[in-house]
Amino acid sequence: MTMQIADSVSLSSPDPKARAHAAAARDNLRTEPRAVRIVIISLAVLFLSVFVVLPLVVVFAQAFSRGILAYFAALSEPEALAAIKLTLIVAAISVGLNLVFGLVAAWAISKFEFPGKTFLITLIDLPFSVSPVISGLVFVLLFGAQGYFGSWLREHDIQILFAVPGIALATTFVTFPFVARALIPLMQEQGTQEEEAAISLGASGLQTFFRVTLPNIKWGVLYGVLLCNARAMGEFGAVSVVSGHIRGETNTMPLLVEILYNEYQFVAAFAIASLLAMLALITLIAKTVLERHLDEGEEASDH
Amino acid sequence: MTIEVKNLVKKFGSFAALDGVDLKVNDGELLALLGPSGSGKTTLLRIIAGLDWPDSGEVSFNGEDALAQGARERHVGFVFQHYALFRHMTVFENVAFGLRVQPRAIRKDEATIRARVKELLDLVQLDWLADRYPSQLSGGQRQRIALARALAIEPRILLLDEPFGALDAKVRKELRKWLRSLHHEIHVTSIFVTHDQEEALEVANRVVVMDKGRIEQIGSPGDVYDNPATAFVHGFIGESIVLPIEIGDGAIRLGDRQLNLAAEGLAPGASKLFVRRHDMLVGPPGSGAFEGAVQHVRNFGPVQRAEVALSGGETIEIDAPRDKELRAGDTIGLNPRRYRIFAG
Repeated sequence: MTMQIADSVSLSSPDPKARAHAAAARDNLRTEPRAVRIVIISLAVLFLSVFVVLPLVVVFAQAFSRGILAYFAALSEPEALAAIKLTLIVAAISVGLNLVFGLVAAWAISKFEFPGKTFLITLIDLPFSVSPVISGLVFVLLFGAQGYFGSWLREHDIQILFAVPGIALATTFVTFPFVARALIPLMQEQGTQEEEAAISLGASGLQTFFRVTLPNIKWGVLYGVLLCNARAMGEFGAVSVVSGHIRGETNTMPLLVEILYNEYQFVAAFAIASLLAMLALITLIAKTVLERHLDEGEEASDH
Repeated sequence: MTIEVKNLVKKFGSFAALDGVDLKVNDGELLALLGPSGSGKTTLLRIIAGLDWPDSGEVSFNGEDALAQGARERHVGFVFQHYALFRHMTVFENVAFGLRVQPRAIRKDEATIRARVKELLDLVQLDWLADRYPSQLSGGQRQRIALARALAIEPRILLLDEPFGALDAKVRKELRKWLRSLHHEIHVTSIFVTHDQEEALEVANRVVVMDKGRIEQIGSPGDVYDNPATAFVHGFIGESIVLPIEIGDGAIRLGDRQLNLAAEGLAPGASKLFVRRHDMLVGPPGSGAFEGAVQHVRNFGPVQRAEVALSGGETIEIDAPRDKELRAGDTIGLNPRRYRIFAG
């Protein structure tokens, strides 16, 4: 950035005196000495390299360490395929549920006044503040063999723990805040006037929601869904507690990574991990694109 | 469409936004609700529109109970201060919205809708903006589109909440004139809320002056200006000189000076005397009810504005015609051409 500025200054003022003047003016804008700047920037670059770039590189290096064939062989193992499938199913269920819950909660909180509103906002944040392991344990307490509903569930032959429903429930709980959190500030800022205008023009509640409210928040919804999905696919703690680790049945991708790693199957472990890493990269790119849309929406409403 | 409001009360917590309001709006009238912020005028408008509900009282349209209907059924056009245009729709779709959401049974076909929208955009003289988005329009253009959108449903009543409040002074003046001529053209019963007295007096057939959730006065613009019913109205509309006076023993006193004004029929006690600045006539010393020394004179526009220290202790500003130059240091007599006295 600084180099670009310096270049453009020197290009636009060929006179060396003017150039020196411009450089001096530029330096005057900063208070830190040159040495301090170099040290700070180096530290930042070093930190990012070691903690962000290096792990990513290692994941892919390990995954491909025995060649591309071994990589795809590891991914096409039945156990790996089962884990990928389960992860996709669980993510679809929990993102779907949280999309509905999040929309409803954000809509209620931002468009209406009611007693207990602050409490509800706090409650929405609860899954963020509780350790995922505790979240998982809550479901064991509720639905486990010794849990509150355990005997009833057994009588009716319903399997929740150590099966897809339990994993989906735990994931839904842990990822609940994402959609609601993305929408509440957006909807609060937009206010209720457009909805009031729609109703006074004769629109029904549903027409108002689908024609006015939803189009106004669509980028926010996508943003929330994206983050919710990333977390749902990557969730480890809560799922680990409720899954039971039945191989080929209740292992999600993060759980399988751990199991394979513990069994010294590094290529397989890192091959699965590389899929999660790619998910993270795609999420980041999509997030950047969505954030730009959200900013544009705000600018447009600023006039 | 006539609107009748009876004994309307609306409280927000312990704050009474409307404190027993009675109002009758005639068919085809353009009525202004005028008052300072917090006077309850917007609340009254929103209740008539069905966007808010009163704690008690009645609202009827043509004798029919309007409170039994929601905003959707009332068929009322509402124009918001901040336009509330649908930001993700083009101007055309904004105006078409009310027609597109009609129940299938009475919904017009696409060609009829397009023709109607075109007609409305012509009416507000913005047909060339049909494909733009609201964010690409100026404030004045947005408000005209909002008006076209409200008119699309052929409303029985048109309600405008501070329609020009967010616009700059010049655009505001243009739109005022435009709104009046538009009303002349379409003649729908209309109520608009404003805190700008000039706007209310210039545009409306009748003005309702509100303060603290109550109606202070209802009358023609000339009426509320020339014959203010209460001290509040006199102080709020037009520029007034307010003097604290004492009435007693058949005389009016300002401080220790007895004023040469008739005190018949006035209740004794502390009162306030209201005079318009331009109603204070300047004469030679000793000729009028008041006497004072000129402090400053500012000459601009059609009048000269003089600051006068009255004997009796008050300093007032008057507007005098420019034919007779006043100078700082002059001693002058002042006689109010017309004045009002309110107890309290």
